[in-house]
Amino acid sequence: MTTLDSLAQSAVPNRLFLSQLDALESEAVHIIREVAGGFERPVLLFSGGKDSVVMLHLAAKAFAPASIPFPALHVDTGHNFPELLEYRDRCVNRYGVRLKVASVQDFIDSGRLLERPDGTRNPLQTVPLLEAITDNRFDAVFGGGRRDEEKARAKERVFSLRDEFGQWDPRRQRPELWDLYNGRHRPGEHVRVFPLSNWTELDVWKYVDREGIDLPAIYFAHQRKVFQRDGMWLTPGDWGGPKESEPVETRTVRYRTVGDMSCTGAVESDATTVADVITEVIASTITERGATRADDRLTEAAMEDRKREGYF
Amino acid sequence: MTSSTQELLRFATAGSVDDGKSTLVGRLLHDTKSVLVDTLAAVQNASVAKGLHEIDLALLTDGLRAEREQGITIDVAYRYFATPQRSFILADTPGHVEYTRNMITGASTAELALVLVDARHGVVEQTRRHAAVAALLGVRHLTLAVNKMDLVGYDAGRFAEIAAQFTHVAASLGVADAVAIPVSALVGDNVVTRSEHTMWYTGPTLLEHLEQVPVGEDAAAEPLRFPVQYVIRPRSDSYQDYRAYAGKVAHGVVRVGDEVVVQPADHRTTVIAIDGLAGPLDYAVASQSVSLRLADALDVSRGDLISTAQHPAPVTQDLIGDVCVLSDRPLGLATRVLVQHGTRIVRAKVSEVIARLDVGTLRPREFAGQLALNDIGLLRLRLAEPLPVDDYAQFRRNGAFLIIDGSDGSTIAAGMSVSIPGRSVSP
Repeated sequence: MTTLDSLAQSAVPNRLFLSQLDALESEAVHIIREVAGGFERPVLLFSGGKDSVVMLHLAAKAFAPASIPFPALHVDTGHNFPELLEYRDRCVNRYGVRLKVASVQDFIDSGRLLERPDGTRNPLQTVPLLEAITDNRFDAVFGGGRRDEEKARAKERVFSLRDEFGQWDPRRQRPELWDLYNGRHRPGEHVRVFPLSNWTELDVWKYVDREGIDLPAIYFAHQRKVFQRDGMWLTPGDWGGPKESEPVETRTVRYRTVGDMSCTGAVESDATTVADVITEVIASTITERGATRADDRLTEAAMEDRKREGYF
Repeated sequence: MTSSTQELLRFATAGSVDDGKSTLVGRLLHDTKSVLVDTLAAVQNASVAKGLHEIDLALLTDGLRAEREQGITIDVAYRYFATPQRSFILADTPGHVEYTRNMITGASTAELALVLVDARHGVVEQTRRHAAVAALLGVRHLTLAVNKMDLVGYDAGRFAEIAAQFTHVAASLGVADAVAIPVSALVGDNVVTRSEHTMWYTGPTLLEHLEQVPVGEDAAAEPLRFPVQYVIRPRSDSYQDYRAYAGKVAHGVVRVGDEVVVQPADHRTTVIAIDGLAGPLDYAVASQSVSLRLADALDVSRGDLISTAQHPAPVTQDLIGDVCVLSDRPLGLATRVLVQHGTRIVRAKVSEVIARLDVGTLRPREFAGQLALNDIGLLRLRLAEPLPVDDYAQFRRNGAFLIIDGSDGSTIAAGMSVSIPGRSVSP
């Protein structure tokens, strides 16, 4: 025993701290385990975007060698990049998680939602999401939101209480102290949980690199037919683009975020590998959402307004 | 830019709008090139729309609609920036309304508190309160930014006077590391760039100080505390009998072969394996998420605490602690609440309101009967079940607890355990 003790002692180095990426990883896993231990019916929102894949990867690590003890939920706008659905199903298989789908198209077909004049479906995701939460009695919903993305998100807690209408009230937020997350709520209310709150875009890419996480091909430079609208490169599609005054051309682009095709723009880029992307992100002078998301450009408080209505 | 072995410093700011705190934070982000072109353009547009001639850096951090409309900061905002030396997580807390509530939220995870004063006014009542709250929360490094030095003609004497006042306040609160820095957030003096106006000042700029201050605890010197979050049991063919206890090390180091005790039940056993997030480990340190396998088949579940057998946490059913009331529901004798400590939640009842503390000095004031919003006081709670709680001043994470309203689940107060002689301690 003494020998083992002294051996182990000598294996512990003098300086004991976690690197920044290890600290973020441990923090996220701690948050995910708190939810699995403290809630009845959690669910993980999965869009196929890099943040949701990182979240799924962390969830798999948090419970290994057991499987992830909650399902994933995809709110499908119907305006997906074709390769994304294939990627989604591949991921779900690899990480061994059950997938549920809430479809915006179903809601439009049955008349419960109206298509917007601008063809954008991102804001329409809120209703199918809230219905899925109610129908499945989900009490905790993991989202991949990060505080560095947007100024309203910068003020949201890791455990964010939503009322029975899914609404976020910034003035009613609970103080969040130490790493003691308070997830108690009344029946009908639920909690949105953001394990990547303290990660930046660069942290996510470095983690993708370190862990060798497979991402959809559209995150890397490729030739694509695009047209310009409001300073963004958009992909032509059934959703309503391009208009006659918007010429289509072929460019080498990649996506920094992945959302509804109607409002997610590509950036011109030659980055074909994760390492290239990291170099590009470090050198970038424009924020991720600013460069690529029309939905955030509607008003100065666009994200805050959508969150108040129950968006994630 | 961050390297894979880079350290992380979490710090909190405190100060009112008038002290220029948002401007200072804006300056820090701007001068470390952490603000990107489109964000800056949006702030520029908003500044013009407000009829301002210069860009208002405060608009970088005030993100909510009401904040922009009223020109105030409502809630804690988190900001991220990095230099080649370190990564930073900044909790930017508003200084006016509900300052205690917000500052406690921001400071609870901070290792350094940055307090602002206006060089024309010096150390005022609010400065004392901010310093006191930081001290109460166990923030070990206090930094005073003496702002608006341009408005006092960069006077060395004025700065020395304020620095002396501040050092005195910090010492009376028991904070050993207190540093004052003369800055002008508006102009940029000594925030990131050294000022030519303060040639008499030889200390670090604010950013240099943030890059140099030591981070982290000495994990090797602390006893192991490991709150069990979740029991991992795959029940699959390849892992028939696998059972591991998942959690994040709160204090100290855990090694394979360590003798541990499961608290509060007091069962002794040995750690036979540590499964890290990337495979088996020989040891794990504070802040690391791992799962532990134990030698004996014991009844261990979420809420239990695994501690080093040589130095377990004191177990008590009478919890005494400093509390800060963060909701408009007061705490008085016999108030029924829930106490969340580590991963366990127990029923509790206020058995004594011992004192209300002066928010500026932390000295006991009159007995108040009950504690209301933004009050700090000393309470005794009778717990329905015993909890293994350390003294907060010694071991921050295992001394911290929440007081929760059982009816709607809201957080009523932040609690910090105080060990008082004569308290029941497990053998």
